[in-house]
Amino acid sequence: MNSPEKVELGADLTIAVNGVTVTYSNGHTALEEASFELKQGCICALVGVNGSGKSTLFKALMGFVIPSRGQVLVSGRPVLEAQKNNWIAYVPQTEEVDWTFPVSVSDVVLMGRYGHMNFLRIASAKDKRIVEESLKKVEMWDYRSRQIGELSGGQKKRVFLARALAQESRIILLDEPFTGVDVNTESAIIDLMRDLRRRGRIILVSTHNLGSVPDFCDHAVLINRRILAWGALHEVFTEENITKTFGGVLRHFHLDKSTVDESDGRSVTLLTDDERPLVLGKGGHLERRHLTESGEQNL
Amino acid sequence: MIFDPLIPFQYDYMQKAIWVSTLVGGVCGLLSCFMTLKGWSLMGDALSHSIIPGVVVAYGLGLPIAVGAFVAGLLAAGLIGWIKEIVSLRDDAMIGVVFTTFFAIGLLLISLYPSPINLKMIVFGNILGISDQDIRQLLWISAICLITILLLWRDLFLWCFDPIQARVIGFPVRFLKFILLSLLTLTAVAALQTVGVCLVVAMLVTPGATAYLLTDRFSSMMGIAFFLGAITSFLGAYFSYFLDGSVGGSIIVLQTIIFLLAWIYAPKHGILAMKKGKNLSLLTEVKQT
Ligand SMILES: Nc1ncnc2c1ncn2[C@@H]1O[C@H](COP(=O)(O)OP(=O)(O)OP(=O)(O)O)[C@@H](O)[C@H]1O
Ligand SMILES: [Mg+2]
Repeated sequence: MNSPEKVELGADLTIAVNGVTVTYSNGHTALEEASFELKQGCICALVGVNGSGKSTLFKALMGFVIPSRGQVLVSGRPVLEAQKNNWIAYVPQTEEVDWTFPVSVSDVVLMGRYGHMNFLRIASAKDKRIVEESLKKVEMWDYRSRQIGELSGGQKKRVFLARALAQESRIILLDEPFTGVDVNTESAIIDLMRDLRRRGRIILVSTHNLGSVPDFCDHAVLINRRILAWGALHEVFTEENITKTFGGVLRHFHLDKSTVDESDGRSVTLLTDDERPLVLGKGGHLERRHLTESGEQNL
Repeated sequence: MIFDPLIPFQYDYMQKAIWVSTLVGGVCGLLSCFMTLKGWSLMGDALSHSIIPGVVVAYGLGLPIAVGAFVAGLLAAGLIGWIKEIVSLRDDAMIGVVFTTFFAIGLLLISLYPSPINLKMIVFGNILGISDQDIRQLLWISAICLITILLLWRDLFLWCFDPIQARVIGFPVRFLKFILLSLLTLTAVAALQTVGVCLVVAMLVTPGATAYLLTDRFSSMMGIAFFLGAITSFLGAYFSYFLDGSVGGSIIVLQTIIFLLAWIYAPKHGILAMKKGKNLSLLTEVKQT
């Protein structure tokens, strides 16, 4: 929030997923004919049940799994090129690193800066400043000299988020950043994402936390092996689509009278996939409160 | 008779042995940091055995042995990687199969074609009788390894720590792996000549493992491991003169003693410190109740 520099990032930042099909070596097709497109300055939610292919989609976006059909383009160019240009930051669902490595919290975040350094990777004053800022944003600055394994699960998550921030890339991919973090951290992460959106980045975030999606996302991709719906949040985040995405696993509560929204005659629908419930108005559309909120954020 | 501590330095061959060992020990120490962290101890052992056929063939063809060893080492590493892709076997099983095969071929070649290298040299090293030509090779190898590590250690470290992130930011991960394997093969060739094939893996693991216990920062770990590798090799070679024993044996025994000391007394990861930590937490628990 405090550094207004680097707002303009080239007007044509896009991610285009064109008919991507991913089949794992065991023959399981985790993703079929997936297509959608995202433009700069958006936070897009990726929602679906366990095993619906969310992480697979991320891996395809990163080029870690090779689609058997279709392709992913970043601003019209192959993903590999975007990676070489340090355009993409990625925080995986679970970090598969060796936590016993002799590396401190600030060292890990500094690694996010490697793409900006010369080939000797010698940190400049600017790199160090950005590391400090990033650590402060996730409130981990006090832990900067801890060995990385000596942190709690949520703290580890925040450190890797700080590394993604320090990377200053145009595209940020977050695979379930909210699992195992407390409410304060969750809202801190949401603030960070809004800040990044204001700076024209694309943020794709998978989550099971349906209730908080309308709080910060402006687009959504609903997935269950295939893309069931995608687009602006208020168009796709409807009871019909969400029920379709989650099948019977959602808990349904229909309340005919509530204190929620005068204009709907106080009738609401609660949808929950275990986490915060999603509150929908009559007819299964988003509450007006969310619409105005995300409208403001888009300014 | 008066004990003269400088006697070893009066002999040309001892001087050479001491200084060459020190250099090789330092380089192996540096690399051992990556080996311990990457979990490549077995790989180091495998490669040091796999280079034997290359050494024999190079001698036969009149090539520098480092070249033959390098080719054989990369061949073995490549084979291990290739088999891994087509057969789903556990890593250690594959490594075991490949390296014993290469070693067996090496032994076969030695027995079939008489050459100036004999088994004893390969098993125990030949630092006391090392030729000036071999010294020159070792100097080259050490220089190449030192410079490469100095230039690339941060990239290599990131790749070891978090290969996914390395790919995300566009690092050439295959190239980095190739570099680390090449460095491993080169240092294995160098260590082969100083301590012999059986002890190579100790040179490539123990200093790093010791340094790991002493620090939580990779840069200091590399510094400590380099220093330990060099100083133990220097002292090992030096004392071997008075003991009239094997140079390699002395070096490795020294390294192990220092490792044990670190394991017991290291400020944070030593067993004494851990015990103390346990007692402290017990104490606070008692106080709370
Ligand atoms: N490496 C793999 N090999 C084979 N199948 C896999 C592999 N990884 C995932 N799958 C399968 O692909 C499907 C999609 O998995 P994916 O990890 O993308 O799901 P997800 O949407 O991220 O689920 P979650 O909400 O649990 O994180 C699952 O059915 C899973 O079993
Ligand atoms: Mg997943």
